Amino acid sequence: MTGVRVLAGTRKGAFILSSDEGRKQWNISGPHFAGWEIYHIKGSSVNPDRLYASQSSSWFGQHMQRSDNGGVTWNPVGNEFLYDGVAGTHQWYDGTPRPWEFKRVWHLEPSDFDPEEVYAGVEDAALFKSTDGGSTWKELSGLRTSKTGSSWQPGAGGMCLHTIVLDPKSNGQIFVAISAAGVFRSEDGGETWKPSNKGLVSEYIPDPTAEVGHCVHKIAMHKSRPEVLYMQKHWDVMRSDDSGENWYEISGDLPTDFGFAIDVHAHEPETVYVVPIKSDSEHFVDGSLKVFRSRTGGNEWEPLSKGLPQSNCYVNVLRDAMAVDSLESCGVYFGTSGGQIYASSDSGDSWQAIVHDLPPVLSVEVQTLK
Amino acid sequence: MIRVRLPDHLCTLAGASREVELSVDGKATQQLVLDALELRFPALKGALRDPQTARRRPFVRFYAGGEDLSQLPPDLPLPPAVANGDEPFLVIAAIAGG
Repeated sequence: MTGVRVLAGTRKGAFILSSDEGRKQWNISGPHFAGWEIYHIKGSSVNPDRLYASQSSSWFGQHMQRSDNGGVTWNPVGNEFLYDGVAGTHQWYDGTPRPWEFKRVWHLEPSDFDPEEVYAGVEDAALFKSTDGGSTWKELSGLRTSKTGSSWQPGAGGMCLHTIVLDPKSNGQIFVAISAAGVFRSEDGGETWKPSNKGLVSEYIPDPTAEVGHCVHKIAMHKSRPEVLYMQKHWDVMRSDDSGENWYEISGDLPTDFGFAIDVHAHEPETVYVVPIKSDSEHFVDGSLKVFRSRTGGNEWEPLSKGLPQSNCYVNVLRDAMAVDSLESCGVYFGTSGGQIYASSDSGDSWQAIVHDLPPVLSVEVQTLK
Repeated sequence: MIRVRLPDHLCTLAGASREVELSVDGKATQQLVLDALELRFPALKGALRDPQTARRRPFVRFYAGGEDLSQLPPDLPLPPAVANGDEPFLVIAAIAGG
């Protein structure tokens, strides 16, 4: 099959939406794992039939699922995420020490080179890796045990490692983002890590040069230019041109620079998408839903609203709920807290809801099938 | 045979029916029943007990013979009516909703 497969994780199950290259008619399957929270579901770029899903509940813990036929059937795989050695403590909201405790997997990042290799970002923040298709998981503990680990604190959603960006040119470089600690970079495949937050300014941190403590919501990279990173921080949209060594603000003329999701056009590394919301308490903007696009790598932003609701709309788009396809005319997709998934097949110029009434959408990923 | 009754979510997870039958070697205890349940349905590993500590998950309780066994040592023998299959071993999840 050629076309697009959209993988949606929701509060009450996973849904898979498929279309041909026209992206007009959509076939929807699901709910898979009905009733369970699916924080993330993502496919391997090496073998698109290989999908991984994070299934969890506060009652019954974390479970992992794998499909080898594009999501038609699923099999449980390993769900033991054991911190390496004595886990130690991080800081709680009030600054007191808190033992590290595994809660759930937020994000799965399959390798671009090996379908059996996949990374998992978890709460409490740590990075795990599987080299056997998710059967077993091993912590890359150099991150959690690096010198700042004991000072990390949770954000409102918990202390989660929610973003994993693998460098397509250099197998050894990995970026992760943790709320509310910041960005960390490894240059040796995840063995050792350094904070990568210079230039970030967070008003709630007294020290303006604080090495960690930043509530980074999401980072994104275009695979043709891995030295350039874009970031949606709690407040501020940021950019780095030197692999995260330094960050500078590109919020420019956005109406507000608070938000969660950020992504990059599949073919234009300077075209970036965000969905601004008013603040950390008001997760909407004046009752209308708008994506903002910059074609200049930031600072100059244009609202995209054709096909999106412009009145009485108070939904939010979470950090992992935006993705792009790589068809010739780049598709952009996002899911909302109201259960809609919107798609654009023309780089964001116009949108249609490809499904209206799912449970709240936690994550959206897209596979381009060729 | 020991009858174990599961909550809906775990039936979905395990691909199991609401009530499953298990046999255990030796005198039936809570721990042996849970071990046998996980052996028969590997997807349930970690769902009832924390995989690291083996402690019961806080929102899960175990009942048998009209008694709440949740706080009892897991190696105590189960009531005879449960051990011989007259009554089910109940896995109960905390109520959710509003």
